[in-house]
Amino acid sequence: MKKTTRRSDIVDALSLPDLCRFCHADEEWVIELVEEGVLTPVGSHRGNWRFVGTSIVRAKKAGRLSRDLGINAPGLALVLELMEQRDAVRRRLARYESL
Amino acid sequence: MDFKDYYQILGVTRDADAAAIKKAFRKAARKYHPDVNTDPDAETKFKDVNEAYEVLKDPERRATYDQLWQAPQGGSRWAEPPPGWEEGFRFSGHGPQGASGYSGFFEEMFGDGMGAHFGGDSHGRIEVPIEDAYAGAARKLSLRTPAVGPDGRVTLEERVVNVNIPRGILEGQHIRVPGQGGDLFLEVNFAAHPVYRPEGKDLYMDLPVAPWEAALGGHVVLPTPDGRVDLRIPANARTGQKLRLRGKGLPGTPAGDIYATLKIINPRADTEQARALFEQMARDLAFDPRAGTGA
Repeated sequence: MKKTTRRSDIVDALSLPDLCRFCHADEEWVIELVEEGVLTPVGSHRGNWRFVGTSIVRAKKAGRLSRDLGINAPGLALVLELMEQRDAVRRRLARYESL
Repeated sequence: MDFKDYYQILGVTRDADAAAIKKAFRKAARKYHPDVNTDPDAETKFKDVNEAYEVLKDPERRATYDQLWQAPQGGSRWAEPPPGWEEGFRFSGHGPQGASGYSGFFEEMFGDGMGAHFGGDSHGRIEVPIEDAYAGAARKLSLRTPAVGPDGRVTLEERVVNVNIPRGILEGQHIRVPGQGGDLFLEVNFAAHPVYRPEGKDLYMDLPVAPWEAALGGHVVLPTPDGRVDLRIPANARTGQKLRLRGKGLPGTPAGDIYATLKIINPRADTEQARALFEQMARDLAFDPRAGTGA
């Protein structure tokens, strides 16, 4: 049995190639999502893009939805927005349900 | 091991054509996709649906599968699971899952299927208590990954991975555990907590108070994951009123806050003395809770 003892860290900023590797996607697809406004990288051009926080979570979710349900980039933009609204409403509801 | 009726899972007849199978899959996938449907059973159902589609959409696999219907179901071939099929990533809160995510039935028939992650990254989920995000924690995970041996055979290799849960981790963030062949990415979910509901760096909670605490105001001592804190309740506080404990939420720069929502709890009037006190209020206070309802 092998032991891995290297230190783990939080994934907090990914470059374009790193994000592609992270969500098994190609660059073109990620760029399309940036153009749709689904992902908002920090940085002035593709070479120095950094994807942080919600963009990483969104990219992964978008990858799953695109692969499993065949949703294209504009569709993903709408679906992700509606899902985030739904989650926010659910959290609010949970807050009031206990009162 | 269970025989899986892929036609039944997708709800199609055995002579369904490719278009009908795709349509049935898309419909079921939209319904049970774990990102769409947060029901705990949805993930299992989605995996079944996905697996059924992987087999039925591929003419060769479908033909292999159809041959099984010639033999009696549940025959000796399926009595024993192949070694190791029930193992793999075992993360708390999630059932056992093959390395590829497919059932033992599938792996027996088609191997581990869709390109196992040789030398690539792997992804999983880990459930941690909220308290771990305050203090950080170390966890041991046991996982099996496919590896090619010197003889070219594929075996499942068991590894124990020490995962360091960093302080300040948030729901939905990923932890990267560096490995030899590739990294392991773990998506973090907080275990349901009896008191706190996390939202980003903030925690929400209900704070029960007595009617006189709400009316007169005062101090209550509140245990938080960050230690006990003294909370001042303003006079004439209302149910639903939100009090903020600045900086007591999840750690970070800046740290999150805790929002305590007041909930006034009435004592029961089941003793002589309690009844007398309520009766006195009823008599002496000019209070109409229904003023403004038109009653």
